[in-house]
Amino acid sequence: MDFVAVIILEVLYAIASLALISAGLAVVFGMMRVINLAHGEFLMLGGYAAIVSVRAGLNIYVAMLVVAPLVVGIIGLIIERCVIQFLYGRMLDTMLATWGLSLLLTGVVTMIFGNTTTGISTPIGGFAIGSYQASGYNIFIMLAGIAVIAVIFTVLKTTRLGLIARGAMQSADMASGLGHNPKRIYMVTFTLGAALSGLAGGILAPLTGLTPTSGGLYVSKAFITVISGGAAVVTGTVSSSALFGTLTQLTMLLSTPVWGDVAMLFAAIVLLRLLPRGITGRFFRRQV
Amino acid sequence: MQLDRRTFLQTAAAASALSVSGIAGRAFAADGDIKLASIHDLSGLFDIYGKSMDQAVMLAIDEINAAGGLLGKKVEQVTYDTQSQIPMYTQFGQQAALKDKVSVVHGGILSASREAIRPTLGRFKTLYFYNTQYEGGVCDRNIFCTGVTPAQSVEALMPYAIGKFGKKIYTVAADYNYGQIISKWVAYYAKQNGGEVIQTDFFPLDVADFGATIAKIQSAKPDFVMSALVGGAHMSFYRQWAASGMKAKIPMASTTLGAGNEQVVLTAAEGDGILLAYNYSKELDTPANKAFLAKWEKKFGDTKPIHELAVATYQGVLLWAAGVKKAGSIDRMKVVDALETGISIDGPAGKVTVDPKTHHCTLDVHVIEVKNQKMNVVKSLSQVAPKDTQSVCDLKANPNDITQYEIKI
Amino acid sequence: MPDSARNRHILVAAIGLLILFGLPVVVDLVTLLEISIYVVYAILGLSLGFIWGYGGILCFGQAAFFGLGAYTYAVTAINVGESTGPFLLAILLPLVFAALLGAMMFYGRISDVYMGVITLVVTLILFKFINSTANETWIVGKARLGGFNGIPAFPTLNVPGDPGALLDPEQFFYVAMVFLLLVYFGLHWLMTTRFGRVVVAIRENEVRAELLGYDIRLYKTAVFAIGGGIGGLAGALFANWGNFVSPGLFSLAQSATIIIWVIVGGLGTMIGPVVGAVLIQYITTLLGQQGVINNAFVLGGILVLFVLLLPKGLMPTLGQLLTRLRRAPRRPARRSAEQAEGGRDGH
Repeated sequence: MDFVAVIILEVLYAIASLALISAGLAVVFGMMRVINLAHGEFLMLGGYAAIVSVRAGLNIYVAMLVVAPLVVGIIGLIIERCVIQFLYGRMLDTMLATWGLSLLLTGVVTMIFGNTTTGISTPIGGFAIGSYQASGYNIFIMLAGIAVIAVIFTVLKTTRLGLIARGAMQSADMASGLGHNPKRIYMVTFTLGAALSGLAGGILAPLTGLTPTSGGLYVSKAFITVISGGAAVVTGTVSSSALFGTLTQLTMLLSTPVWGDVAMLFAAIVLLRLLPRGITGRFFRRQV
Repeated sequence: MQLDRRTFLQTAAAASALSVSGIAGRAFAADGDIKLASIHDLSGLFDIYGKSMDQAVMLAIDEINAAGGLLGKKVEQVTYDTQSQIPMYTQFGQQAALKDKVSVVHGGILSASREAIRPTLGRFKTLYFYNTQYEGGVCDRNIFCTGVTPAQSVEALMPYAIGKFGKKIYTVAADYNYGQIISKWVAYYAKQNGGEVIQTDFFPLDVADFGATIAKIQSAKPDFVMSALVGGAHMSFYRQWAASGMKAKIPMASTTLGAGNEQVVLTAAEGDGILLAYNYSKELDTPANKAFLAKWEKKFGDTKPIHELAVATYQGVLLWAAGVKKAGSIDRMKVVDALETGISIDGPAGKVTVDPKTHHCTLDVHVIEVKNQKMNVVKSLSQVAPKDTQSVCDLKANPNDITQYEIKI
Repeated sequence: MPDSARNRHILVAAIGLLILFGLPVVVDLVTLLEISIYVVYAILGLSLGFIWGYGGILCFGQAAFFGLGAYTYAVTAINVGESTGPFLLAILLPLVFAALLGAMMFYGRISDVYMGVITLVVTLILFKFINSTANETWIVGKARLGGFNGIPAFPTLNVPGDPGALLDPEQFFYVAMVFLLLVYFGLHWLMTTRFGRVVVAIRENEVRAELLGYDIRLYKTAVFAIGGGIGGLAGALFANWGNFVSPGLFSLAQSATIIIWVIVGGLGTMIGPVVGAVLIQYITTLLGQQGVINNAFVLGGILVLFVLLLPKGLMPTLGQLLTRLRRAPRRPARRSAEQAEGGRDGH
């Protein structure tokens, strides 16, 4: 019984962490049709930002929840101004350019920090479920995942900003006719997406050792989750995170971590073959 | 400008000739010196090991040259960075052997890198020193292995750990030849000491999420966990282990932690109490070690990067130099013969002696407990022989053997 | 065939033969070994250059075919003990694999971006799978797959029919170079056939080609399969070059590198991927010999700059430049028009 509770916690944690690492990519893809292959590096940068500020004596929560998204948001803004803004509407070119960026950022971080593992400890200890121990930090990650998704949903659904943004994405001409500058809206969206990635990177930093190539661990998972989810930012991310998180974690428990990953990849291929526009291309079509 | 076909052809030919000479340019290094190749990962995932190993080569060569060199010549180091990519070992191995014509290669970190470079250096007849603790069993006259093997590390560690913690063991290991083979040795020595491995899990080097594994370990209820995890991503195992509060419940021992100074990356709370067994610890209280630390600090300014593998490399270079002196030549077979007389040197970690039949080393082994990011010696064993490899390998009887033997259980 | 295209072919053939016969005389063995690997990479670059530049299919997983070819060769060579059969199989298996994968995608009418995703995911699966085969239970016949370690030693190329007559490094260079020329001119020839013209028509306008009655799914699958086979050929040659295969061949970094070669060299040309592969690998080797500037940093920067500033790549841009230079002084109206034509469709 205790074991089942631990398993359920592990599955929920897997879903939440998938949603967290995918959120930034989902916003940028869903709203702007831009696939950012440097997304993993944004997470990695968020992790470094958090670790460096903790080392500098900052409170760990401030470092993870404020500094990491801020730093990566600014980096995202710079990248949007220098690279992405010239490539809107050219989806494949954006993918290539951001793939280049991902290599470039890995290189820069390697030159600055060296290619060694760094990390910080989790600020929350474990707790007991019956005779089992579970990580308290996993609970924090679940809460953070829920909060991030809730915030995105609220912003898109209920605020004026969200309305304008959704409008501009559907018809840039119409939006600019109504007096809103679509270029500015793209810029803001990309920056916010980057900030979300930075936040996720900061929150996940205490769990894993960080190296400049850590981005590679995240990007394929996030990429697959988002694409399989389809264009709807919130429902897409939540539904595919739930599917893949459960599948991966249960396969991992029954066999090994490799098969957990392979199961996810296989599921993604089958899913895309059956639903070429992702889950939300078929179901929940009118959702955000 | 009229660019006709002929001038274009000429330009193209000139350009290709230029690039070719560019590639070949490094062949003209100082002649007359004895060349020693240092082939390590100086960037990429494993540079935490490689950088210090390369520095150790520099330090050893400096000392040799300061003492007048070898056979009246200076030793020159040729460094190659394999960028943590295994195929580059083949490439640079060829380059060192054929183009730069070095007398000896010191290098290789992961067992995978050794197996990539070993056939190359064998084919091109270049002497090879592999200075890393590893899974044992390599039986090849062209290679000398100066690091500890399972019969030295695991055999020392296991009785101590079983005595202290209990008999039921859960092994987690990196999924490549080192992890696969060392986990068999763990099972073997557990049995020898009355213990039992109840489960072994393998993890690819890029796995960083161990939540499910930690739950599995708990349900198996071992007395302690034996870790043979390797590299940056696997560090998260120790972190996540501590984060779920497991440290207080199930203790741990490791064959790999600390070899690249990982205990400094972990906090005291995450690392304390983990048992290890190595040839070297910075905490060794001997004059030889103190002198070594002082030399290192003088040359590089900081003794932090020193670790087991760096010291093994330093000792490896000294062994080679002793062999050359004894042979009075840099001819490959003469040096091998000289080393096979059972040559010894005194290194920072004590006396190191070449075992003639296996080309491995007899050396001191220490059981170590991590405490406050330091590796404190809790028990010392003097001059332990590489019994694992000795049981399968006899190069005196079979000089043409090039097999890596694995233990059968 | 327009005049300018024929001239270009003669030029390339002349340079190719010059390198083939001249180089082994001029340079030493190690340099020749190093150039051999550039030749192999050039073939690999061509395989993607064909799929992407002519078929219009962006494959993020070209490394999958490369790795598959290399592993197929290594595994079968260990079992068979000679090289001819394994070598052919190393081309055939990736070709069949690409055909199946292509059919799955094209008959499913999966769009561009999703195709990118699927090819990428397939590569990841292969990478993860091969990486997790370190245990001794993963054995094919006599060959252990070896996991992360790869397979360190297997019989290399021999004279067909005579397993004892192994090729030395110089002969290997000839083999690789001949294969490069064969692939290069073979693909050019293919593009002049009816098949080739339909392929280009599909790239230019899929809907129109389909309305004209061509089964675009079949054509695309065929292009993908050919590209896969060439990738496998490069893999088999690579395996022979180093006498070593490892899972890194399947990695995303390897796929990214191939894409960079093609985009730097030039999309929609055959010479572009060749030049791109040689150039970029040469830079990588140079960077590997120093420790200050990071290799990934330079390659990433190159990719970004090319996408932004020179999306056509080096060779097409160079071609245009040459055409303009040649046209500038004399301006004979008819010739320049013809050259401009040649420049635009210049494959």
